[in-house]
Amino acid sequence: MEYFIQQLINGVTLGSIYGLIAIGYTMVYGIIGMINFAHGDIFMIGAFLSLIAFLVLGIVGITWIPLALLVVLLVSMLIASIYGWTVERLAYRPLRGSFRLAPLISAIGMSIFLQNYVQLLQGARVRPIPPVISGGFTFLEGGVFSITISYLQIVIMLLTIVLMTGFALLISRTSLGRAQRGCEQDRTMSALLGINVDRTISLTFVMGAALAAVAGMLFVLYYGVIDFYIGFLAGIKAFTAAVLGGIGSLPGAMLGGLLIGLIETFWSAYFSIEYKDVAAFAILVLVLIFRPTGLLGKPEIEKV
Amino acid sequence: MNQVSSIPPELVIPSGAEPLLTVEHLTMRFGGLIAIDDVSFAAGKGEITAIIGPNGAGKTTLFNCITGFYTPTVGRLTLRARGETFLLERMDGFRIAQKAHVARTFQNIRLFSEMSVLENLIVAQHNELMKASGYTVTGLFGLGGYRKKEREATDLASYWLDKVGLTRLADINAGNLPYGAQRRLEIARAMCIRPTILCLDEPAAGLNPTESHELNKLLNYIKEEHDIGLLLIEHDMSVVMEISDHVIVLDYGVKISDGTPLYVRSDPNVIRAYLGEEETEELPPEIVEDISKDYDPDSIDSDKGGV
Amino acid sequence: MNENNNRLRGIDITALLKESAIAALVALGLTIVMLGLRTVDTTTGLGITTRWPLVVLAVVSVFVGRLLFALRREWKAAGRPVQRDLKKAEHRAAIIVQRFSTIGGPIFIAFALALPLLPFADRYVVDVATYVLIYVMLGWGLNIVVGLAGLLDLGYVAFYAVGAYSYALFAFYFDLSFWVCLPLAGLCAAGFGVLLGFPVLRLRGDYLAIVTLGFGEIIRVILLNWYSFTNGPDGISGIPRPTFFGLELKRTAAEGEQTFHQFFNLDYSTMHRLIFLYYLILILALFTNFFTLRIRKMPIGRAWEALREDEIACRSLGINPTNTKLTAFALGAMFAGFAGSFFATRQAFISPESFTFIESAVILAIVVLGGMGSQVGVAIAAVLLIGGTELFRGLEEYRMLAFGGLMVAIMVWRPRGLLAHREPTIKLHSGKAPPEEVIKAVTQGGMK
Repeated sequence: MEYFIQQLINGVTLGSIYGLIAIGYTMVYGIIGMINFAHGDIFMIGAFLSLIAFLVLGIVGITWIPLALLVVLLVSMLIASIYGWTVERLAYRPLRGSFRLAPLISAIGMSIFLQNYVQLLQGARVRPIPPVISGGFTFLEGGVFSITISYLQIVIMLLTIVLMTGFALLISRTSLGRAQRGCEQDRTMSALLGINVDRTISLTFVMGAALAAVAGMLFVLYYGVIDFYIGFLAGIKAFTAAVLGGIGSLPGAMLGGLLIGLIETFWSAYFSIEYKDVAAFAILVLVLIFRPTGLLGKPEIEKV
Repeated sequence: MNQVSSIPPELVIPSGAEPLLTVEHLTMRFGGLIAIDDVSFAAGKGEITAIIGPNGAGKTTLFNCITGFYTPTVGRLTLRARGETFLLERMDGFRIAQKAHVARTFQNIRLFSEMSVLENLIVAQHNELMKASGYTVTGLFGLGGYRKKEREATDLASYWLDKVGLTRLADINAGNLPYGAQRRLEIARAMCIRPTILCLDEPAAGLNPTESHELNKLLNYIKEEHDIGLLLIEHDMSVVMEISDHVIVLDYGVKISDGTPLYVRSDPNVIRAYLGEEETEELPPEIVEDISKDYDPDSIDSDKGGV
Repeated sequence: MNENNNRLRGIDITALLKESAIAALVALGLTIVMLGLRTVDTTTGLGITTRWPLVVLAVVSVFVGRLLFALRREWKAAGRPVQRDLKKAEHRAAIIVQRFSTIGGPIFIAFALALPLLPFADRYVVDVATYVLIYVMLGWGLNIVVGLAGLLDLGYVAFYAVGAYSYALFAFYFDLSFWVCLPLAGLCAAGFGVLLGFPVLRLRGDYLAIVTLGFGEIIRVILLNWYSFTNGPDGISGIPRPTFFGLELKRTAAEGEQTFHQFFNLDYSTMHRLIFLYYLILILALFTNFFTLRIRKMPIGRAWEALREDEIACRSLGINPTNTKLTAFALGAMFAGFAGSFFATRQAFISPESFTFIESAVILAIVVLGGMGSQVGVAIAAVLLIGGTELFRGLEEYRMLAFGGLMVAIMVWRPRGLLAHREPTIKLHSGKAPPEEVIKAVTQGGMK
């Protein structure tokens, strides 16, 4: 039982990270109907930006953790946003209304490019950093297993909740959110009503990239090691999460993220750690076959 | 004669023609939205049956049910042709075209635009050619009379190319054709599946008067020479009145009128659906007041550009 | 400021400078951390070094580049309308491509057949040519799936792996020869294709891409972890070489058998085996090519292309979309299986290392770059991408960077690929396309 609860905590932590990445997939899919393959790599760039920022702060001598976290968060969100914007501007915008496979192939090209770009600039070896936040609460110390919830896990969950709430408010309350929802429904009509569609799409990429950067920072804190390849697997799993929750649905992305995090954690804990990635893919295939609209997605009516 | 009397009134075909397609109690729901509500009618052999109605009346949805793109929520669709009976609502989408030979065109033209005009027509004969090519196995080696069958397919294609006036353009990409020619090619392609019934979704949309007139001639030719039924969604009343034998009017998913063009034209139900009722009496008085206050004919006239 | 000062031939210089400055600012944001600061390993953990000159270089070059780009654009816009020229240039390009496709193919094949006999063909050249031909074959195989049927398969390497491992394992467990295993490997790969394709081919196109991507990873993870069956990360070595009609290409034959050089009374040379392998893959690749050319003219091939263009229209014509896609998927997989078993026999050693996602991406890049559906284009792209990187071995680390960048650039510039000219599979009027004035007359009359 203690073991189970411990895994539950770990799973929710991992799921929060997946959920944050999944939002980027779901939003982009919602608005332009394409899978942004390069999104996982934006997450990876976010992780690298955070890592570098932490190191620089360490050298400068800023050691008060809340301040350091805030600075790192802002830096990596800002710069990852610029990456998100640039990717959309260079690789996707010229292809709007082009041959069906073109944007998808362009996205794959972009993903390969970004991976090798980071490998070239930051090296191919794994990059470890010492734990920034350590310690935690321990419960039920008497038994064979104890349950530990680290401060870091609390930070991850809290930050995710805060960002998700803020984000939900942004989408539902602001004019930007309205423009975005408008473009999702009908891009032509939105343009006719004076919404700057290109800018709205750009902002969608920027928001997705910013959230991916947060996920990147949390990943650095949680795992302590990163390399240029983390975006690939995390990206696929986050995409699986988005599909599982119902692509296009924001709460769906979060729910899907949590589920994927839990499934992966429990699979590793109770079955086999080697095949944990297989579990995620198997779920993706099963969901697509039996419930292509996902858990919270709207059924898609085919336009003939 | 007593057979006729046993037909329920909603399935009567005004000309007394033999029924080709019978639609009974068709209902189509999307979540909470009822797109088609208990519609029944019959379309006759060798006739042009027009389906008209305001936008959003459920015409295209009806087509999608008949051609298998949607599975109806409730209802029965029976097609009797060439000595066989097909229950369309039980068939998979593509099988309706394959087995029952129900052909259709689309409101937004759907051609294979990167393939040549001729190829579009050959692809339409896919199932026959597949059989002739021994499901590709013998065809790959040039065995089993595939060549002969392909020549026959080309002959059928050139027959229809001739009928729609595209013979000279047979080898250019379908996507490079002008709009009107694309519409005609789509009809030719549908005819290449040797249909029992041809469903046309707004074939005259976007055509100029000359093209529209030619289209009417083509449809009449198909009806007379090929002994099939035509089902036609059309907005252009002049086309409907000119060529159709039987008209069905839908409004908000409900059939409101059914009969000859002449009958339908004078049916008060239809007039109400198209021109609207005298509704002011039903509106709350304060709204009526608002409307009459704001109404100022001069301002509307001077403001024409903005609308 | 006087407005005229800032205008040159009607070009607003201030606006251009502003535009370039914004681009430079974006470049600064992109590079300041990622390029400017580099993490390095030190004795006390990670440290940071700086590379500010590179950042300045990047920012300045983006500024200048954007300025030149904008100037060129403005000059063009200021001059006469370019629309006509573009159309004409495009038409001319299409004619060149068409000619090239018809005469390029035979020249290419003739050159490939003669290659090992040419004076400069040493060990290295033949070996690289063999390697390139594997990718030509993989490109042609994937072209069936992506180019003809329009199904984006990102896990193509999985079928390649299935082919390679099925040969290695059949040979290891059952002691079967290459010639028996070759068709078996193709069948196994096709079987996997059907197995995967059946559930997922009903899905929309972009879902298919991600599912095949996942499948590629699953196969690799299984190969890596199923140690008792596949030998895991250590791979399988000592895979038997193919024989030439029963003659082994070795120095000494087994008891009671002859070797190739004994039979033909030649001196033993290791070149024999290399040349034999070269011709083997050439034949396999050409088989793939002729199969594709032939099947394009079959109803199934036309249905693939029709599905690529419009699936809904296909359904309205009675074409079974799932089965049609499945055949394309399975046939594409089969050729990957053939190529895989050749790869295994050539290397004599395989491990999961050789079957990563990057391989799928490279094959896809070949198809995309060459022009989806164009056989000659794919061959040229394979020669350029694989042979090219072989030439620039020192620049290995830039190779994938260039691949990625190239894929984006090609898509933006020519979404259907470089040599994307399509000849109809059947013609009503034999000979040339209708004269331009006919097309013009018909296209202009009645245009909406």
